[in-house]
Amino acid sequence: MSRELIYSLVLCVLMVTVPHAPHLPAWISALGAVLLLWRSYLAHSGLPLPGRIPLLVITIASLLGILIEFHTLFGREVGIALLALLASLKLMEIRNRRDAIALIYLCCFSIIVNFLYSQSLATGLYLIATLLVITASWVHLNMPGSAFRDRFKVASTLLLQALPLTLILFLLFPRIQGPLWGLPQDAYSSRSGLDDRMSPGSMAHLILSDDVAFRVRYKGRIPRRDQMYWRGPVLWDFDGREWTRGRASDVVAPRLSDASDPVEYEVTLEPNNKNWLFALDMPDGITMPARLTYDFQAISSRPIHERIIYDARSVLSYRANLQESDAELKRALRLPTGIGPKAVALAAKWRSQGISDEQLIGRALAYFHDQDFRYTLDPRPAGSVDDFLFSTREGYCEHYASGFVFLMRAAGIPARVVTGYQGGEYNPAGRYYIVRQSDAHAWAEVWLKGAGWRRMDPTAAISPERVARGLSTLETPALPVADGAAWMHSLRMNWDALSYRWNQWVLGYNSENQFAYLSRIGLTSATRQIAYLAAAMGFIVCLFALYMLRDLFLKKTDRAQKAWLKACKKLERAGLPRLQHEGPLDYATRIAMTRPDLATGFREIAELYIRLRYSGSKEGEEKLKRLASAFRA
Amino acid sequence: MTRNLQNVIAQIEGAILGKPKQIRCALACVIARGHLLIEDVPGVGKTTLAHVLARTLGLQFSRIQFTSDLLPADILGVSVFERDSNKFRFHPGPIFSQMLLADEVNRATPKAQSALLEAMEEHQVTVEGETRKLPEPFFVIATQNPSHQTGTYPLPESQLDRFLMRIEMGYPDPVAERGLLSGMDRREIISGLDPQLDAAGLLELQRLAQKVFVSEALLDYVQALLRHTRESAHYAQGLSPRAGLALLSAARAWALIDGRNAVLPEDVQSVLPGVASHRLPMAGDPADLIEAVAIP
Repeated sequence: MSRELIYSLVLCVLMVTVPHAPHLPAWISALGAVLLLWRSYLAHSGLPLPGRIPLLVITIASLLGILIEFHTLFGREVGIALLALLASLKLMEIRNRRDAIALIYLCCFSIIVNFLYSQSLATGLYLIATLLVITASWVHLNMPGSAFRDRFKVASTLLLQALPLTLILFLLFPRIQGPLWGLPQDAYSSRSGLDDRMSPGSMAHLILSDDVAFRVRYKGRIPRRDQMYWRGPVLWDFDGREWTRGRASDVVAPRLSDASDPVEYEVTLEPNNKNWLFALDMPDGITMPARLTYDFQAISSRPIHERIIYDARSVLSYRANLQESDAELKRALRLPTGIGPKAVALAAKWRSQGISDEQLIGRALAYFHDQDFRYTLDPRPAGSVDDFLFSTREGYCEHYASGFVFLMRAAGIPARVVTGYQGGEYNPAGRYYIVRQSDAHAWAEVWLKGAGWRRMDPTAAISPERVARGLSTLETPALPVADGAAWMHSLRMNWDALSYRWNQWVLGYNSENQFAYLSRIGLTSATRQIAYLAAAMGFIVCLFALYMLRDLFLKKTDRAQKAWLKACKKLERAGLPRLQHEGPLDYATRIAMTRPDLATGFREIAELYIRLRYSGSKEGEEKLKRLASAFRA
Repeated sequence: MTRNLQNVIAQIEGAILGKPKQIRCALACVIARGHLLIEDVPGVGKTTLAHVLARTLGLQFSRIQFTSDLLPADILGVSVFERDSNKFRFHPGPIFSQMLLADEVNRATPKAQSALLEAMEEHQVTVEGETRKLPEPFFVIATQNPSHQTGTYPLPESQLDRFLMRIEMGYPDPVAERGLLSGMDRREIISGLDPQLDAAGLLELQRLAQKVFVSEALLDYVQALLRHTRESAHYAQGLSPRAGLALLSAARAWALIDGRNAVLPEDVQSVLPGVASHRLPMAGDPADLIEAVAIP
């Protein structure tokens, strides 16, 4: 095992394990790093590898460590910890070719494992680079003594040759329903998203998160920013602190009247492990197995564990559920007893002034606007509704929505809290909107006789910019944008556009899409798909086989000549072209005279070439190829 | 064997100064079982080369000075009635030798010329109905004066084809000429030369030359050369298949002289001017042919 090969194997293990470092216990990452460093040092110094006993001790100790850490030997995290550790340990006992091959296979497998955590474009690109390094090491194993550049050339050629097969497999191989390889349950953990309950401060972690919630591409007209209310869970029940969806008793079907201003769009929703989908207020139709609840929520039949794409249609101008069941209206008025007496008193005061519902709503909004309310993401904690409304007067959307609905209910106007997202960032590179977790929002809906449910956004009353321009502009007040920042921003937008396409075309290519695409080209039945898959694969494999066997049909010496011409080409670039009638011997002599520094190297090539091409010798072709590749003029 | 060959070359180069290329061509000609035509003005060492070659190779040597009144019988021999035995007895002519120098072959009449050339081709002579084998090896060096000189009967193309190679001696360069002028008398030198080889040795060399390896790639090159002479408008007529064979056997001999057991394009190029120039009428410089054809 050459030192260089060991280094490249160390690099392979490093590249496949580094992405796991963040989700592995620190001691495992550290142990892996120590093993890699140790192996590199041994290769560098030429010291002997550790014996079986110390390795066994390390292995057993780390297995025990993993058992203690995870209390099991099964599951995703444990599996990856084992894989990373054992790959590093395997490096410590590489003595022969077989060991190296085993390690390379292990690295190839570890590539796949990385996709359990992330399937983003960046991950894909990184792992392709990793695959290239692994393949190059593999080539190195089989072509000892070859130049670094040649190994990567061979490896890239191999990967490029694999591309057609990859494409065919991608397009035709039957897609498996559900996420990659039916992940264990813990694969879905730790995904943030909007919850179906809301208490003061519960949205704070969302609002600080830059993660993408979903991306939207409008088909046709684009609504104004202050019309982009992405409707999520609707919350009815309040226990004085927390809002929940509660349980509906007697519901009427959702019904829109006087609907106009339709908007059509396509949503690419990131997995949120929840059932709800997001649609603009008010959703009218959704093209996927989803239903519209009585409170106009789009609910998927199964949790969104993988990225999905759906088309939806919404109307911006509507009257929602002009007829509402009494039970629901009663529910929309229910308040926990003994909570917020001051707020109840304030509402009663308004009510007693004998004004209409509309005027009362206006009064409430004006109250938020005129009193000393402040929009902040970092409010002083308010214990109760009264605390918020009358003392701290600091908060963000959820505080205002909650406070407003409370006041409405206290004043006898049916009201509910709607959570979701508001606005989004336009990406000019891909002409779509990015809605991030930080766009999470909460607003209110009130039911008015003759008008149905109507959206009211108290936050807009306090901080109109939050709705008109988005949170990010609010947080970083209009600083003059430096050129560099603008450039970075455009880079980010372009990258996001690329990821969007990657999501749409690569990750979004699920079994339904596949069936749709293949049906379009006439592959309607699964058997036919399989037959086409087999035929296409067979065709490509045959093509490659023919290409590889071409030497059987062509003259053996042709490859020697190819190598010779390659060396000649290099000399030509160095200003010493071979004349067309110049034989190898003459050429070598001339080179030796004009460039004595090249004499020996080129002489060797010329002599080998003469032996192969003119003396009927069969041996040394590989050597000639190597010499010609290594030759530098 | 190749060591002997090096001795041969060394000895000839010691006697013929400054003409390594011509010496090798002549030697290649012998080894390839071909005949050599040397064309040049008188006095540049044509005859000396023939003498030195015969001497060094250890061959039995004779010489015919061609003149306009030379008869075929003067070359081939004649049957003479012997009174003692009351029979005609054949007296072999000078052609019955291992090496024949036919000096100024274009001074003789076509009849005498053709007698020689037929014998050269067939390695046998038929006199008075009886066919007699010529000795082995058999090798003719013919010299001729440039045909523009007076009193010459230029050899027809068909007969020129019988010579494997035609070379020109050329004037010696100043250094060689100085050596020539200051050195011993050539005749003395020649008589002092020891044979480095004998007939058997030469036959062995000829056998070895035939075994020199010729690759497909080289045949490609030879064919490309032949094709070029046939297709190019530059040549009135192309090289014949016999010329192709001649080229190959000369190249083999050249490779052997160079101490290799495979023919390279360079070998072909080295012998090409000698092999092709007298077969391509009005061809101009044979180097043009070499440069025009790429080595495949």
